[in-house]
Amino acid sequence: MLRFALGKVLTVAGTMLGLAVLTFLITNVAPGDPARLVAGPEATADMVETIRREYGLDRPLPVQLGLYLRDLATGDLGQSIVTTRPVLSEIGRYFPATFELVLVAMAIGVGLGLPLGILSALKRDGALDHLTRILSISGVALPAFWFGILLQLYFAVHLEWLPVSGRLPLSEVPPAPITGLILVDSLLRGQFETFREAFLHILLPAIVLSFPCLAAILRVNRAEMIEALQADHVVAARAHGLAPFRIVAVYALRNALLPTLAMIGLRFGWMLGSTVLVETVFDWPGIGLYAVSSALASDFKPVVGVTLAIGLCFMTVNMLIDLAYAWIDPRLRAA
Amino acid sequence: MAPPDLAPALAEAPPSFRVRHASTIRQWRLYAHLFRRSFSSMLGLALVVLFLVLAAFGPWLAPYPGDTAGAVKLSQRLLPPSLAHPFGTDEMGADLLSRVIVGTRISLWIGLIITGVGAGIGVPLGIVAGYTRSRLLRGAIMRLTDLFLAVPGLALALAIVAALGPGIANCIAALALVWWPGYVRLVAAKTLSVKEELFVEASRAAGARTPWILWHHILPNCLSPIIVKLSMDMGLAVLAAASLGFIGLGAKPPDPEWGAMISVARSYMPDWWWYSACPGLAIFLTVLGFNLLGDGLRDILDPKSAGR
Repeated sequence: MLRFALGKVLTVAGTMLGLAVLTFLITNVAPGDPARLVAGPEATADMVETIRREYGLDRPLPVQLGLYLRDLATGDLGQSIVTTRPVLSEIGRYFPATFELVLVAMAIGVGLGLPLGILSALKRDGALDHLTRILSISGVALPAFWFGILLQLYFAVHLEWLPVSGRLPLSEVPPAPITGLILVDSLLRGQFETFREAFLHILLPAIVLSFPCLAAILRVNRAEMIEALQADHVVAARAHGLAPFRIVAVYALRNALLPTLAMIGLRFGWMLGSTVLVETVFDWPGIGLYAVSSALASDFKPVVGVTLAIGLCFMTVNMLIDLAYAWIDPRLRAA
Repeated sequence: MAPPDLAPALAEAPPSFRVRHASTIRQWRLYAHLFRRSFSSMLGLALVVLFLVLAAFGPWLAPYPGDTAGAVKLSQRLLPPSLAHPFGTDEMGADLLSRVIVGTRISLWIGLIITGVGAGIGVPLGIVAGYTRSRLLRGAIMRLTDLFLAVPGLALALAIVAALGPGIANCIAALALVWWPGYVRLVAAKTLSVKEELFVEASRAAGARTPWILWHHILPNCLSPIIVKLSMDMGLAVLAAASLGFIGLGAKPPDPEWGAMISVARSYMPDWWWYSACPGLAIFLTVLGFNLLGDGLRDILDPKSAGR
């Protein structure tokens, strides 16, 4: 098991290195002057030259790549042109908001997707099954940004039940950070009114973000449950007269959970990608919005930084899922 | 159909097309039968055909074709939905339905180019990775694929567009660049299993060259999952391009691109709430159509995975 885990860690490290090289290539092979890209659209020719020297952009490409990797290894992601602050600390500042959003969305996706998948597998072709089928098909096809706007219009503007956007109302002071997750921090600090506000604010973006994930989990879990319920050992258990709940929850669900677990890992990455859209719609101050506003301002370093951060996060989660998989199913350790 | 009398045919004229291709025709009729029986497959096909027709004949079908060419009718700005304008008008007084209909062509072209380039790069790489006996070559291709799959496509595309600069062409290039790895994974896995089949070994023993085997044996046997994926990806590529358009990195607002239209609509919220309805619905139905079609194709081409 330890060897297996070590191998996985090495793979992630290798892929991260590859990703670093890839982002370097994107910046440097792309038509366009990287110095101008760093300097921003309003820089004069002199400023561009200064930056070219300062950043070592007049050196040969392999040397530049070496310098870039050295900087990355020490955690230096460069500076944002707009805010003139180090990208790493900005990502550190925005990341908890994204992480909180993804966690809540994942909780909704798993919390609703699993039971709905099980129920629709049990009552195949029933009313609920048809309903969940519509849900799972439209979940993939609904554009997140449009769905978000529709929810805002109905629940925030028309009914006025929920806030339109943001993480907290402007009047509310966020709790002093412990974890950076406002929902957790406000509870730890005993600020229950802040918790209520934060919860109301996260609801709409989390629902939008969770929708495709919910659909995918539901779909996989339903298919796996149908297969598991027909398996020989389940039929045998039923013939022995075991309680139906025990058959479903223990004998069938356990086998259906493994592929669902893999799907959850995959969807986690999808969600990180979609935060770019959802955070834009809901003005959610996370790394997705940070990347978008930087990209629109031709501020390139933050975009690369966020890409690397998302990649690292995605690979780490998938590595953990792989490990969980191997822990549950020893046959996989050999592979 | 009564069994054709083969004896005189053999003696005189060569057998007719129907006789020579009897098994193929039977196969296709079975496919058509299975496809027609499924409501969701037919719905998907209907939606796809609808949008293909809109893309082909949009300028003639749109109720106000002049409105898409930048006509400014200030007296008709931001009208709510009515009989004359079923989805209302935009800030220039243009009919939103007409703009969305004419925009169909742009969106479908974008989807077609992205999936075409993605499959054009991914399928050959996948076949090579699956067929080659060189572990080095396969390893190199698969590691490169893993690398591109290590970041969610939209995030990587965002980085590429940011480097290339915003615009519709760069947006297409960026999405095409992140779209191929899925095909490599799919085709490599399929090729690995097909190449062990007896008929491949037999044709190699008979002296067939590798390119010939790849083209006549491996590729046809990988085709059905590729077709299914192509159909699904058409929808997803349209969605991804609209997403970049919405963010402001894809097509620019005067173009009738759906995502960009929703982006403009957002600044007219909430008072002109109907603005985003038509483009949003168009994206939703297009993606839905291609997805259902892909699902239906999978059910008939790859029956083992039916119901998934």
